Amino acid sequence: MNAHTGTVRGKERYRSGVMEYKRMGYWEPDYVPKDTDVIALFRVTPQEGVDPIEASAAVAGESSTATWTVVWTDRLTAAEKYRAKCYRVDPVPGSPDSYFAYIAYDLDLFESGSIANLSASIIGNVFGFKPLKALRLEDMRFPVAYVKTFQGPATGIVVERERLDKFGRPLLGATIKPKLGLSGRNYGRVVYEALKGGLDFTKDDENINSQPFMHWRDRFLYCMEAVNRAQAASGEVKGTYLNITAGTMEDMYERAEFAKELGSCIVMIDLVIGYTAIQSMAKWARRNDMILHLHRAGHSTYTRQKSHGVSFRVIAKWMRLAGVDHIHAGTVVGKLEGDPNTTRGYYDVCREDFNPMKLEHGLFFDQSWASLNKMMPVASGGIHAGQMHQLLDLLGEDVVLQFGGGTIGHPMGIAAGAIANRVALEAMILARNEGRDYVHEGPEILARAAETCTPLKAALEVWKDVTFNYQSTDTPDFVPTALETV
Amino acid sequence: MKLTQGCFSFLPDLTDDQITKQVQYCLANGWAVNIEFTDDPHPRNTYWEMWGLPMFDLQDAAGVMMELAECRRVYGDRYIRISGFDSSHGWESVRISFLVNRPPQEAEFELVRQEVGGRAIRYTTVRKPAAHASQ
Repeated sequence: MNAHTGTVRGKERYRSGVMEYKRMGYWEPDYVPKDTDVIALFRVTPQEGVDPIEASAAVAGESSTATWTVVWTDRLTAAEKYRAKCYRVDPVPGSPDSYFAYIAYDLDLFESGSIANLSASIIGNVFGFKPLKALRLEDMRFPVAYVKTFQGPATGIVVERERLDKFGRPLLGATIKPKLGLSGRNYGRVVYEALKGGLDFTKDDENINSQPFMHWRDRFLYCMEAVNRAQAASGEVKGTYLNITAGTMEDMYERAEFAKELGSCIVMIDLVIGYTAIQSMAKWARRNDMILHLHRAGHSTYTRQKSHGVSFRVIAKWMRLAGVDHIHAGTVVGKLEGDPNTTRGYYDVCREDFNPMKLEHGLFFDQSWASLNKMMPVASGGIHAGQMHQLLDLLGEDVVLQFGGGTIGHPMGIAAGAIANRVALEAMILARNEGRDYVHEGPEILARAAETCTPLKAALEVWKDVTFNYQSTDTPDFVPTALETV
Repeated sequence: MKLTQGCFSFLPDLTDDQITKQVQYCLANGWAVNIEFTDDPHPRNTYWEMWGLPMFDLQDAAGVMMELAECRRVYGDRYIRISGFDSSHGWESVRISFLVNRPPQEAEFELVRQEVGGRAIRYTTVRKPAAHASQ
């Protein structure tokens, strides 16, 4: 289907009126993307009767220079350079009405170091374009030249571990529950118990900001009392993600400064504050030796359905450029959406310096991160100690495992819940490093560790049957097949 | 207080056989193994004293275990930790760290609070003098 449609050139190209996008220079099947081009892959579902090539060319046009009609003012510019070029359209396997469109953008189309500028083009007007039934941004490739214009994660996995003095195992966290309603004094109690018990981090939830039941200064003061008490009681560095999300940047800076003044090692923001605010806070975090945690609040409104929106792998890439240190990236086994292969792709985006193209993980391009810091993925939502072997196997060791209910809901109390999680984790790491087949022997390893740890025994008993086995909606379009070799 | 720094502090203290296996894991990954000791395990004390140089190019954990035995003989009344250092690009830091020796009487910390403006408090974690530390 990747045939020429005859780009009109010269005087004819600029005759007033309407012309098909595919004839205006937005469909160039011979175009070979430059190393410096930004590439976007869209899943295009044209309206009935709309030619997929024309629909894809329209996406290229509407996300770069085009408007609905020919304009003579194009001739005042190096228009051919600025036109995004769709260079390849493939049918989506198993989905007869949609197509993968590969579109290359010249680097000059984008302001350096600005996710706002990048996203205004790539996911701007084009997503409401009438000839399309649906449109999804699946993946992007950023040239090294562009990557290098971004700060990247303020701290990064390695320096975060060095600051915390914690190596060789996933970090453990818990989100304070109930997420709404606790007073500052009660909230700090939960933080203290969880950290003293053995967690590394506790976390504010995404919608804990400054409400009538607990204003932000109260929360910060009580939480830092709890963090410091737990630190002195254990001799270990502890932290709590103080959510500084607020209505204005001025308020966020004020909260961030107060967190710093109280000695917090980490602050937290929500994805809903917007890309520019995220980049501002990343710069603040770099300037102030602060780890920056991002809660991906809101993402499922546009990442979950395969037909329309933006894939989370693109959001993860943008956030690595924007400069957050932690990002929630799925648990696979927990209560929230997450196909194992797709999730693996997100984790690779966070943690690798180079992502090779891997269609079965949803990665459509080679991507070099040019030594940008690594982001720590966070697994949160419906996970418990009994899944430790699966979590370690699926997510690796550079991850924060957050057991909110799995800590606070423990029958013997919050500190006991924390102990159970920490013992389960350490026992599993020990076994893995010893070369044991920990994935299969997992339940046995946990049972053995529980013999000397009553809290773990209780946790395994309470949550033994809890699993969330539902079909994922966002799954890869490609599966590897074994090729016959002679 | 049981100091819970390091990768395995919530498990019963590792036996030499278990330590050997962890060291072997480090060597199999190509990491240099380092033995360090201290009588100041403050959570912000990054630089423990090095027991010689990190051991590069070892094949067998036995070499590390011999050094550990020697270190314990001299500094058995202190904290000793083993760490694995990964020099590969993009990491170039510690990959694993765990305690392999604790003093007969563990360190204890207390919190010093300095009340400052508003309700804010400056916290300092300080070592309790040994005489006041509980058993």
